This record gives sequence, C-alpha cells and structure tokens, in this order.
Amino acid sequence: MYTQAMDIPDDSGKKLAAVSNAPSDREAAFEARIDADGRIEPQDWMPEAYRRTLVRQISQHAHSEIVGMLPEGNWISRAPSLKRKAILIAKVQDEGGHGLYLYSAAETLGTSRDQMLEGLHSGKAKYSSIFNYPTLNWADVGVIGWLVDGAAIMNQVPLCRCSYGPYARAMVRVCKEESFHQRQGYEALLVMMKGTDEQRAMVQDAVNRYWWKCLAMFGPPDADSPHSAQGMRWGIKRISNDDLRQKFIDATVPQAKVLGVTLPDPDLKWNEARGHYDYGQIDWAEFWNTVEGNGPCNKERLATRVKAHNDGQWVRDAAQAYARKQKERALKEAA
Amino acid sequence: MSTPIDYLLHLADNAVVLGQRNAEWCGHGPILEEDMALANVSLDLIGQARLLYQRAAELMGGDATEDKLAYFRGPHEFRNYTLLELPHHGALVGYAAADRDYATTIVRNFLYSALMVHVWDGLQQSADPSLAAIAAKSLKETSYHLHHSRDWLVRMGDGTEESHARAQAAVNHLMPYTEEFWTTSPAEGAAVAAKVAIDVWALRPAWDALVNDALAEATLTRPNFHGYVTEGKVGLHSEHLSYLLGEMQGLARAHPGATW
Ligand SMILES: [Fe+2]
Ligand SMILES: [Fe+2]
Repeated sequence: MYTQAMDIPDDSGKKLAAVSNAPSDREAAFEARIDADGRIEPQDWMPEAYRRTLVRQISQHAHSEIVGMLPEGNWISRAPSLKRKAILIAKVQDEGGHGLYLYSAAETLGTSRDQMLEGLHSGKAKYSSIFNYPTLNWADVGVIGWLVDGAAIMNQVPLCRCSYGPYARAMVRVCKEESFHQRQGYEALLVMMKGTDEQRAMVQDAVNRYWWKCLAMFGPPDADSPHSAQGMRWGIKRISNDDLRQKFIDATVPQAKVLGVTLPDPDLKWNEARGHYDYGQIDWAEFWNTVEGNGPCNKERLATRVKAHNDGQWVRDAAQAYARKQKERALKEAA
Repeated sequence: MSTPIDYLLHLADNAVVLGQRNAEWCGHGPILEEDMALANVSLDLIGQARLLYQRAAELMGGDATEDKLAYFRGPHEFRNYTLLELPHHGALVGYAAADRDYATTIVRNFLYSALMVHVWDGLQQSADPSLAAIAAKSLKETSYHLHHSRDWLVRMGDGTEESHARAQAAVNHLMPYTEEFWTTSPAEGAAVAAKVAIDVWALRPAWDALVNDALAEATLTRPNFHGYVTEGKVGLHSEHLSYLLGEMQGLARAHPGATW
C-alpha cells in the first residue's frame, strides 16, 4: 500500500557520521550519476549512508505493505457480498506482493529479508502509522482504498524516478496496482452512498476517522523533516512532504464532493490566491505518539506479525529440512 | 431432465466454505509467499462459488441471486462436505479456541483438491453446458491447488520431526471426513440420473491412488477408518458451520436489501 514519510527516523540509520568520507573517484562517479539523474544499480559503488538510507526506506515501505494487510484483512471474512469479498482478498494479496517486491529490492542492497523482519519484529524498524488505527466498519475498506492508497500513490509516483534502479522499478509496478485499488475503493463507496441511510452513515464515519490520519501520512511539515534535504539530493525523495500533502488535498476535495461526503475540516476551503485548498492543523502530537508505539492498534498489529512468524517457524523449518534431504539424495544418486 | 439445483448448491457451498476458511490465513501465514498462495486458492474457490451460485440462481428464477444464496441461507440449508467447514486445528468443539495449524489447512486442501480434480474433469462432459464450462475453468485452478497442497504435504511429512508429527495428526484427524465423499446424497443421485453429474463413487480408485502416492512420498501413514460418516452434504453439519456462516453472513444480513 503505502509509504508515508519514508523519512520517519528509526534506529537502523544511526551512526552514519562514523563512515569515512574521503573523496574518491568512485564517489565522484556516484555524485555525477546522481547529478545527471541517472540510475544507481546494485553492482555500482554507493556511499554507505545512501545504502543505509535506502534499506531503511525500502524496508519501512515493505513492512508497511505487510502490516497493512491486517486492517483490511479484518473484513475479508465479513465482506457483505461475494464480489466484494473477492475484490478485497485480491487487494490484500496485492499488498503482500508489494511487500515481496520491496523486500527483494532491499535485498539487492545486501540486507536479508530475515534481517529486515527482525527489525520489524523487535520494534526497531517503523512502518506506516496509518495502519495503527482500527477498521471499525465495512466502509473503512473502501475509504482505505480511496484515501490511504490514494495518499500512497501521491507519495510513490515520484519514487518511480528514484535514483536507485530496483526501487524505482518496483515502484512502477506497485503504483499501477495502487491506482487500481484506489479506483476500486472509490467505486465501492459510490455504491454505498447510493444505498441506504445506514450505508451512507458508515461511509461518513469512516471518512471522519481516516481523513486526518491520511494527511499525516505525508510526514511532518517540511520545516521539521530532517531527512528530506539529503533524500532530495540523492534522488530518493523528489517532492517535499508539504507539497505532496497539498497535491493530495487538491485532488481529493472534488472527489469527496462527487461522493457526497463531508471532509471533517472546517478550515478546508479554496484559496484563490494560492490556487490551492487551505486546510486546518494536523494533530502532530497524536501522530508522533502513534509512531512511537502508542496508537490504538500498534501493539495488536506488531504482536500479530510476530505471532504469525513464530507460529510459522516449524513450517519454514520443514521446508528447509526437506530441501536439504532432497539435495543429499540427489548427491547420493550422483555418486 | 433439468439440472438439480441442490447439486449446484452442493458444489457452490463446498467452494465458498473452503474459500472462507483459506482466506483466514491472509496476514497470518507462515511465510509471506504462503499468505499469497492461500489467498489465491481462496480467490479461485470464491470465484467458483460465484459462478455456481449464479447458475443456480438463473435456474431458480425469481429474485434469486448469488448473494441471496450465499448469505441468506442457514447452516441446515448448506450442502457442503463437513470436512470443509472445520477450523484449522484438531478435533475441538464449536466454541473452543485454538491456534491455526498449517498442517490441517494443507491436508484438507490436499484431500479435497485430490477429489475435485477428478470431479471437475468429469463435469466437463456435463449435460448442463454452463456447468461444463465452470468445470473446465475450475479444473485448471484445482490442479494448482492440488499441486500446492501436495508439495507442502510432502515437505511436512518428510521435513522435521515436528512437521511430520503435525502432518500425521492432521491426516488422522481429517481422513475420516473423506468418507462423506463416497456416499450418495439425493441431490447427487438426481444429478447423475440427469447426466449433469458424474458418479463420485467411480472416482474412488483414482482418488485413493493420488492420496496413497502422496502419503507414501510424505512418509505418512493412512489411518484405517471406522465410525461415523459425516452428512454435511445433506445439511447435517458439525458445530463449526454456524460460526463460520454467522461471521460470513452477519453484515449482509444486518442490511437486507442493501446493494454493495
Ligand atoms: Fe501496496
Ligand atoms: Fe494498495
């Protein structure tokens, strides 16, 4: 699904300052390629800080896809029609696929999936905080498609031009699927809004709960975003948090009108002079509190991932043991 | 002679109930690739159920729809094999809670898809052309389900001590439920008479061969059967189905007449 502020700091990127920065030919070549808007590929030399920043960002993104399966997965068993059930399963499955491409992209930087999962399970690595909120009614599924996938697209489309080749290519495929999810989510909401009063109330309730959280997905205001400048320099981040947020709001307000829902912000209004919508204050204290682990679902989300991993240990062990036996048998036969 | 609707419902209910069960792994699988594989199995099964319910609704006429058939019939009206409604763990009563066991999931998918590859293959010649078309599509999907579950059955059986024990326990738990495959319900009898269905009994040697071969490769043993034969396909279910349907149908039933 998603990536928010992929510049949310976590522990994995610390101590970058210790890396020696003696200028060299290969460093000059790297800088020149970045300046020329060229792609860096896995076999190319790259500065350690660039590598670590990418691993942090791509693994955060991958973890978000995987944790993001849970809030929507919550409604698979209860989907109110077989068609919607199938659409939802396919969507959640796509998110798992995004996780897979992204783990693979990060592995090209020399970090294994196991290492990345260890980061997630120990709480060291972050994932998008949007998934730390509960899905409380069926319309949440549609609203997540429309707004959360919508915000993810805004964040990710610029990453299709990211300087790191494998990440950029993964993003191209991911973005295609995310826009499909967004259209499907919006369509499901259109149907509900044409339905009964109860259905309309469900949609409005879901919008009320998710609107502000989606705006926060773009990350802290530019003034408070420490990683952005370096990310821009390296072509890992292309558009600032605030610019993306504004773009998202400008695109979403007309969609909300067509849908017939009210966005829960009394300050939301068109500013002729700016050519953009003005909007109210995001509750950053609440955002950071949730990022730090104190949101409504952080503990459940993480514990569920950890439990799935631990419960699955014997299955993974069985696969490995079987593969080892097969190899031994093949060797014996060859001998 | 026309297509017996109860027979279509039997096939559709099998697919929707097992699809519902497989989807329970979404987000909880032992490895990400398996979350995706089981989501795939579930999607195929729900797709099959939709086509079968649509065909049944078409034959029923009136205001029947796929969703009315899936969401507004009670447990006693469901015609699925009891095997398919069981939770993903060993024998426990309906309101017991336990962790999901992947061996149970895999063994069940294996036992069922080993039957259905033969059923769908035969149904390609059904006198009901719509059913024949559904069968052709379902055969491809079910061959993949068989492949997937058989591979894992062998890995588990011939993996570690723990995986072997879990796979054997799942085989011991589930195998007795397969006896229901070989009894003939009135719906099946009518469908065979109308040349809409094939006689499942005739598939038994082929199923036995598939199962015995896989169990042998997995170094697992096949338990002897003696005892109760389940009757889910005539509407007499285990305690587990009403929980499954309660969860699946609750939202739709809270808003009767709503469109989604
Ligand atoms: Fe995604
Ligand atoms: Fe998505």
